Amino acid sequence: MLKNFQRHKFLFEELVKRDFKRKYKRTVLGMVWSVLSPLMTLMVMRVVFTQFFGRNIEHYTIYLFCGNLVFGCFNESTGQGMESLMSNSSIFTKVNVPKYLFLFSKNVQCLINFLLTLSVFVLFCVLDGIVFTWRWIFLIYPICCLVLFNIGMGLILSALFVFFRDVQYLWTVFTQLLMYASAIFYSIEDYSPIAQNAFLLNPIYLFIRYFRKIVIDRTVPTIWFHLLMMADVCIAIGIGCWIYKKYNHEFLYYV
Amino acid sequence: MSILEANNVSIRYITGDFKDIGLKEYVMRRLQGKYHVTEFWADKDVSFTLNRGDMLGIIGTNGAGKSTLLKAISGIMVPTYGEIRKEGTIAALLELASGFDGELTVRENAYLRGAMLGYTRKFMDKTYSQIIDFAELREFEERPFKQLSSGMKSRLAFSIACLVSPDILILDEVLSVGDGAFQKKSGDKMKEILASGVTGILVSHSIDQVREMCNKILWLDHGRQIDFTDKVELYCDAYEEFLITKKLPQNQQQIEKLAKDFTVRKQKKREEAARAETRKLEKILEQGSDETAVQAAITILQKHRPDILRYTQ
Repeated sequence: MLKNFQRHKFLFEELVKRDFKRKYKRTVLGMVWSVLSPLMTLMVMRVVFTQFFGRNIEHYTIYLFCGNLVFGCFNESTGQGMESLMSNSSIFTKVNVPKYLFLFSKNVQCLINFLLTLSVFVLFCVLDGIVFTWRWIFLIYPICCLVLFNIGMGLILSALFVFFRDVQYLWTVFTQLLMYASAIFYSIEDYSPIAQNAFLLNPIYLFIRYFRKIVIDRTVPTIWFHLLMMADVCIAIGIGCWIYKKYNHEFLYYV
Repeated sequence: MSILEANNVSIRYITGDFKDIGLKEYVMRRLQGKYHVTEFWADKDVSFTLNRGDMLGIIGTNGAGKSTLLKAISGIMVPTYGEIRKEGTIAALLELASGFDGELTVRENAYLRGAMLGYTRKFMDKTYSQIIDFAELREFEERPFKQLSSGMKSRLAFSIACLVSPDILILDEVLSVGDGAFQKKSGDKMKEILASGVTGILVSHSIDQVREMCNKILWLDHGRQIDFTDKVELYCDAYEEFLITKKLPQNQQQIEKLAKDFTVRKQKKREEAARAETRKLEKILEQGSDETAVQAAITILQKHRPDILRYTQ
């Protein structure tokens, strides 16, 4: 697969370029929108929820931002990744190209958006008086996990979307629910221990929590926590690759 | 040495309920046992071998399985049974104008298409200006692609595909691109490429094109291989006769008979045309004004009875 990817590097670059152009055509602010929209969400949440949840959580703005940062990236990446295969059907039914390239190209874009938002996040941390420690280096781990997890989910969703267009609507509903279940604006400490453990089943919550541990609590999560994240990533990537391999030559019957 | 080889290639195509039904409908039909998928063989037991420099013409009516076979050769589909062995790079021109992006400029689209066909950036940098000149789109270079006319779009597609040099070139109904002048240019270019020793596959509904360019013929009908041969003239004759009579040949003899019938038919047509010409001339003789009538009479006499003319001199 790696060798194959090397061979298609030029195509990949061109696809990334094309997706960028497409996304920001006829927008005045261009990429600024990508940073502005999570900031607006953050602002609304900050204003609305501080009264209810913010009193017992220190650095509540950063707490919220961690959640929005991770969830926003996941939401954008999977939502756009889902359509990547279908919207390029006119290409892969005529030319023999690796189909995962379309998804990867979308994910590159989301990653860049994520990094932009991340730099704003760092700025906010400075303003909020967060102490920066050497442990920040560990943030590379959840970021890598998040990117890989997004790719895995993107593979699964884009394949399902070819077979059933309903997936689009189901996924919108699902992400909405996931957003509420990911403790983005509240703390899970008031729940019973069993319920708290149940949160660990949610991969997005794991990523968010990792960020908060490093940034706010200034501690590195346990090795088990790392392994749990790794397991989620492996499952998503595994299923995604399996579907793509199995249905590689069947997609064209469905478009 | 063979550069492309198909051994007993069969391709099963599925069609039916699974398209365009939602999840609910799918579950309902599955539960009720009403979920039907129809299979049919788009190609059955097709075999052929091409050597370097060969040009294969695939003939057959609509739905004969030509495009499906091309998709299998270019690797978009895999044969259900049988195998396709190929050496070298393939550039497939299937439905030229698709796969371009309307928002990108002509230049960006050219690069994107080049990338899709599997070329490197270095190669595209080198050939780009040649491509744009051949397509005669120099002044449109930075225009969004959607502003181009459909003829221009096809011209660009054709130029990209033929200015790059693949080992195997697949042409699916692409030689009738652009206006008359461009068609001539592209035809010339095509011959130049073929002379350079590329192996090609041509699908065309213009049988004259096949006669002119191909040295091997693969005749398909409803997925079945009628024959694979290098007797181009004979098979083209037989095929044209088949198009008129709709009688499918079952063996070699019948093909020869079809070809013969066609030659006879052509001969008849020629005679018919000659007779019509004569009638026209005779009419002019009878009704024409003096000078033209005399001229026509002399022409006829010169043709058929030069001896009479000798007397008068």
